[in-house]
Amino acid sequence: MAMALPLAYASSVVNPFEAGRLSFSTKATKHKKHMYQFRKVTKVLAYYGLTNPPYKLDALEPYMSRRTLELHWGNIHRGYVDSLNKQFANRPLYGCTMEELMKTTFNNGNPLPEYNNAAEVWNHDFFWESMQPNGGRLPWGGVLDQIEKDFGSFSKFRDEFVHSAMMLFGSGWVWLVLKTNERRLSIVRTSNAVCPLVWGDIPVISLDMWEHAYYLDYKDDVSKYVDNFMDHLVSWHSATARMVRAEAFVNLGEPKIPVA
Amino acid sequence: LILCRIIRAKVTPPRLSPKACGRSAMALRTLFSKKAFTTASGFRPIAAGDRCFLRQARGLTVAALPDLAYDYGALEPAISGEIMRLHHQKHHQAYVTNYNNALEQLETAMAKGDASAVVRLQSAIKFNGGGHINHSIFWKNLKPVNEGGGEPPHSTLGWAIDTDFCSLEALVQKMNAEGAALQGSGWVWLALDKGSKKLSVETTANQDPLVSKGANLVPLLGIDVWEHAYYLQKRRNESARCNLFFWGPRHMIFVQGQMKHSPSSSPLRFTL
Repeated sequence: MAMALPLAYASSVVNPFEAGRLSFSTKATKHKKHMYQFRKVTKVLAYYGLTNPPYKLDALEPYMSRRTLELHWGNIHRGYVDSLNKQFANRPLYGCTMEELMKTTFNNGNPLPEYNNAAEVWNHDFFWESMQPNGGRLPWGGVLDQIEKDFGSFSKFRDEFVHSAMMLFGSGWVWLVLKTNERRLSIVRTSNAVCPLVWGDIPVISLDMWEHAYYLDYKDDVSKYVDNFMDHLVSWHSATARMVRAEAFVNLGEPKIPVA
Repeated sequence: LILCRIIRAKVTPPRLSPKACGRSAMALRTLFSKKAFTTASGFRPIAAGDRCFLRQARGLTVAALPDLAYDYGALEPAISGEIMRLHHQKHHQAYVTNYNNALEQLETAMAKGDASAVVRLQSAIKFNGGGHINHSIFWKNLKPVNEGGGEPPHSTLGWAIDTDFCSLEALVQKMNAEGAALQGSGWVWLALDKGSKKLSVETTANQDPLVSKGANLVPLLGIDVWEHAYYLQKRRNESARCNLFFWGPRHMIFVQGQMKHSPSSSPLRFTL
C-alpha cells in the first residue's frame, strides 16, 4: 500500500542517487530505500594509532621495569592517543603528521584543546625512541664533537642535564635540543606537554620527568632515575640519526674537508 | 607496625591528637595557621638538626613537618601505607626542607638588599612553601574509616554542599572530572569564598596554594593529584587519573572547623 513517508525519514538516508526526489513510496520502493540505507556518505575523520616502542617492554630492565612500561605505554600513552582520536570526532584537523598536528594545535602559544593530547603522544613516541636496551655511556662522532663544542665536555653536559632534570618543578620534560637560531646544542626544560618543536628547535634526546615515568621503579629517588637514564638507557644511536637529519635544517658550520 | 610505633614514639615530639570536641578556637587557629607552621608544642623534630636552632636563635620561624594523626597504614585499602609513608616522609619532608632553605636564602638576600636574588627565590618559595601548606591541609583532610572518615558531611557543610552543588554525588563527580581534566600535576580543592559564602571546586597547578586562585578562597578539602599520591596503587585498567579512592577516608571535621573560622559577615553562620 502506498504510504507517504515523512520527509525527515527520506532525507536521513543520505543517498546521493535519490537526492531531490519526492518520497511517496510503495512497498517496492520502500524496500529499495531500505537497501540504499547502507550506502551512506562517509565522513572523513582523522585517526592516529599507537606506535610500539622499538623494543620489548621488558628490554629496559632493570633500569625501567616492564611494569612501568606496561602502564606508561599501555595505559597512559594509549590513553592520550584514544583521547586525541575522540577529540577528532568533533573537529576535522585532517591530514597532518604528528609533528604538524602539534605545531598547529599549539597555535603559537594559545593551545587548542587537542594540543595536550597531540603533544603528549608525540613526546612519548620520541621518548621511547630516545632509549634503548644497553644504552647510555658516551656518544661518538659528530654528536660527541658537537656536545664538546657547545658544553665544553661530555661530563659537563651530563651534569647540566642532570641538574636541569632535578630543578624541574612539577611535571615536565628535559630535552637536548639543537637550537635553530643559535645553531648550537642546548638543554631545555619544559613543563607538562610542551615540546621544543613548537618553537622551531629540533629535539635530539628527551627525558620524561613526569612522576609516572619513574615512580614505580625509583619512588622519590629522582636523581637515581636520571643517572640511570644517562648511564644505561639513553640511545645515542637515535640521537646520531636525529642530528644527521637536523643538520639538513641547521647550518652548523663548515665541514673540515682535508686538503689533498 | 608495633616496632614502628615504638620508634616513632621515641623520636617524635608529643603528638597532636585533633579530637575536635572541646578544642578551643584559639588553638585551632594556631594549629591551622598558614604562616610558618610549627608544632603546637613548639618542639622541633630531631631530624631537623642544628641549623634549625640557629635559625630560631636568629628569630627566623621555620616550617616543620607536621605529624599525622593516624598510622601510615590506617587508610588501607583506599591509600596504601607505602604511599602514605613516602608521601609524608619523603615528599612533604622535602618540601619543608627546601622551603626552609629558601627562607634562609631569602633572609640573607633581603639583609644584603639583593633584589634580584629575592625575586629569583620566589618560585622556590612558592613551590616548596605551597607544597608544605597544601600537604598539611591534605593530612588533616584524611581520617581512617573507623574514626569517622568517609562519612558524608552533615549539618552546615552538608547543607552548603546541597545548596551549591545540588548533592554530594554531584560534588564528587565534579571534583573527579576536574581532577581528570587537570594537565600535569596539581590539586583539586573544595573552596569556600569568604566574601560570597559560596562553595566552589577549584584546581591549582603544581604546588600553588589555593589563595593563588583568589584571595578570598579558603580551602576546605584538597585532593593531591600529583602522581606520587596514587601511582603506586595504579592498576592496569584504570584511567590515567582515578580519584575515586581518595573519596574514601575523608575527614570532614577539620573542614567544618575551617568553615567556623571564616569571618561571618553574612546572615549565614556556620557552627561546629
